[in-house]
Amino acid sequence: MNIHEYQAKELFEKFGVATPAGKVAATAEEAGAAAREIGGTGLVVKAQVHAGGRGKGTFKNGFKGGVHVINTAEEAQDIAGKMLGQTLVTHQTGPEGKLVSKVLIAKSVDIVKELYFAILFDRSKSAHSIIASTEGGMNIEEVAEKTPEKITKVPVHPTMGLQPYQCRKIAAALGLKGPLINQAVKLFSSLWNLYSKSDCSLVEVNPLAVTTDGQVVALDAKFNFDDNALYRQKEVTAMRDTSEEDPREVAASDFGLNYIGLDGNIACLVNGAGLAMATMDIIKLHGGEPANFLDVGGGATKDQVASAFKIILGDPNVKGILVNIFGGIMDCNVIAQGIIAAVNEVGLTLPLVVRLEGNNVEAGKATLAGSGMAILSADGLTDAAQKIVAAVANVA
Amino acid sequence: MAILVDTDTRILVQGITGDFGSRHAKASLDYGTQLVAGVTPGKGGQFFEHNGHKVPVFDTVAEAAAETGATVSAIFVPPPFAADAILECVDAQLALAVAITEGIPVNDMIRVKSAMCHSKTRLIGPNCPGVVTPGRGDKSHGGCRIGIAPGYIHRRGNIGVVSRSGTLTYEAVWQLTTRGYGQSTCVGIGGDPVNGTNHTDVLQMFNDDPETEAIIMIGEIGGSAEVDAARWAAENCKKPIAAFIAGATAPAGRRMGHAGAIVGGEDDTAEAKKRILRECGIAVADSPADMAAALLERMGK
Repeated sequence: MNIHEYQAKELFEKFGVATPAGKVAATAEEAGAAAREIGGTGLVVKAQVHAGGRGKGTFKNGFKGGVHVINTAEEAQDIAGKMLGQTLVTHQTGPEGKLVSKVLIAKSVDIVKELYFAILFDRSKSAHSIIASTEGGMNIEEVAEKTPEKITKVPVHPTMGLQPYQCRKIAAALGLKGPLINQAVKLFSSLWNLYSKSDCSLVEVNPLAVTTDGQVVALDAKFNFDDNALYRQKEVTAMRDTSEEDPREVAASDFGLNYIGLDGNIACLVNGAGLAMATMDIIKLHGGEPANFLDVGGGATKDQVASAFKIILGDPNVKGILVNIFGGIMDCNVIAQGIIAAVNEVGLTLPLVVRLEGNNVEAGKATLAGSGMAILSADGLTDAAQKIVAAVANVA
Repeated sequence: MAILVDTDTRILVQGITGDFGSRHAKASLDYGTQLVAGVTPGKGGQFFEHNGHKVPVFDTVAEAAAETGATVSAIFVPPPFAADAILECVDAQLALAVAITEGIPVNDMIRVKSAMCHSKTRLIGPNCPGVVTPGRGDKSHGGCRIGIAPGYIHRRGNIGVVSRSGTLTYEAVWQLTTRGYGQSTCVGIGGDPVNGTNHTDVLQMFNDDPETEAIIMIGEIGGSAEVDAARWAAENCKKPIAAFIAGATAPAGRRMGHAGAIVGGEDDTAEAKKRILRECGIAVADSPADMAAALLERMGK
């Protein structure tokens, strides 16, 4: 789950992480009032979308730039008016762009030095780690590759958490001196507090800025949260903006299905995440391109299969469907009846290959064969993949 | 001998009165597993009855273990309470806790894993299908089934199976069974990024187990567990290994169902994993349909 920049700022403020003053606005008037409240000159108006490259983006109404420096409340109101309700296209949004429904008004700062500071979950150590670098504002993977000596990595103790001495060590590694050290230590501790209390899996502050007036502040941050912990993070969950997500994935999650859209034309519907990935792989291996990852979970009931078909059919690229169910404890005949009912319900016309395996599989296959529908029954994984790839090639 | 559990291992189920737990407790009883106790706080003194079986329910794991001699727990409790359920097994000094629960927060597992250092209890999972050591009866009846795997697809034999995924494990087991090759033990280590037992741990156990002659290792994108296991095996494992790595077509940076299945950097793709596994002498199947075939070929069968 991603959050907006203004929401990150709200979290920073709640946990006492130093960051330039800012306010969110949903209307031009609110933007003007926000600018007046923050006061002074040198403010920025920033379009709030889940995509990078906003500064260089262009709105579909022709207005250029999703980030503007302004000096008066009138300017803030004027610029916000040109952004709100408009669609911003950046190199990360794709040509369809993203609708801007909120803008952030924030104080801009004069930067002496840009640093990098991130907390992330390191699975190789089953613990969280700090990554810090003197090279702020850059792509950290690139820094790690070209100048690994400029990166400091500090593991966080699984139960004690990040300790003050570790924060001081990181501040020293970042070249901070004098009063900046204690400011940085406070910022790192607050950020760790925010990270652990909010069940984050990533907080990347890039840049962490040292300003001309001698402050250490978090300018921009990328957040990721542990999906498994959202049940106990009501405030974080409320920050979810489904208009920023793939509508098919949102619909799937409403049905308790796990769906990820891809670029191919063979949709697949599988029980179990590992088998779902393996099914995508075998489609590709036999010359096809998977249109999605879709795990219907252990059950594969009629309602689930019907919902899954509807989501799959929402993708105009799909030319055929492969259903792969390892029945296990479930009765394959029940699954077969569910598939037929689901096909009837959604009026499926695309080629459909069904591969069932497991409990009572012969009865399941017989039910499919006797349905009078154009369902191709497959014997085994390879046969299923070959059949759907051939069927889709015929349609295309 | 098999690994972790054998047909006479006595197991208890935490969360036996819940929907999920009771359904699979029944399937284990039907399979002939020595399921001797259930644990549901507040329901101690009741009985879990199914097809003539009468399984006593206890309030605590310690009580259940003391009264029935159970040494292994199958954990079916919901995610918010699962970490605590695992720690209760540690406190009761069980030999093995198998956490089936999907969706436990990462922070809970980090703390549990840290607390389990130097404990007597081994953890399998979480978010796993469990462990099966097949029985010698019809359709492997009489085996020790802990978790959610279908029992009847197994057959007792000499192939060890270790996997991060559920249905993909059943696929491999079924490929073996239908070709006439049975399994010593099948271990689902789970799809979460923090787990109690990894591929290397299980390969070591299979390597030391006289009944196991060859191994199928099933992995997926995300993390370095399969690569670490392969490197260990190249130095230490005397037995033939075949592998499959799921996720060759997964896009970078997306969580593919399992919390742990995410392509990270360039070294973290399915292709990169397969290449290293092959360099370590493992027979890698490109197709999930060929997992058993790849192993049998490597065994010279």
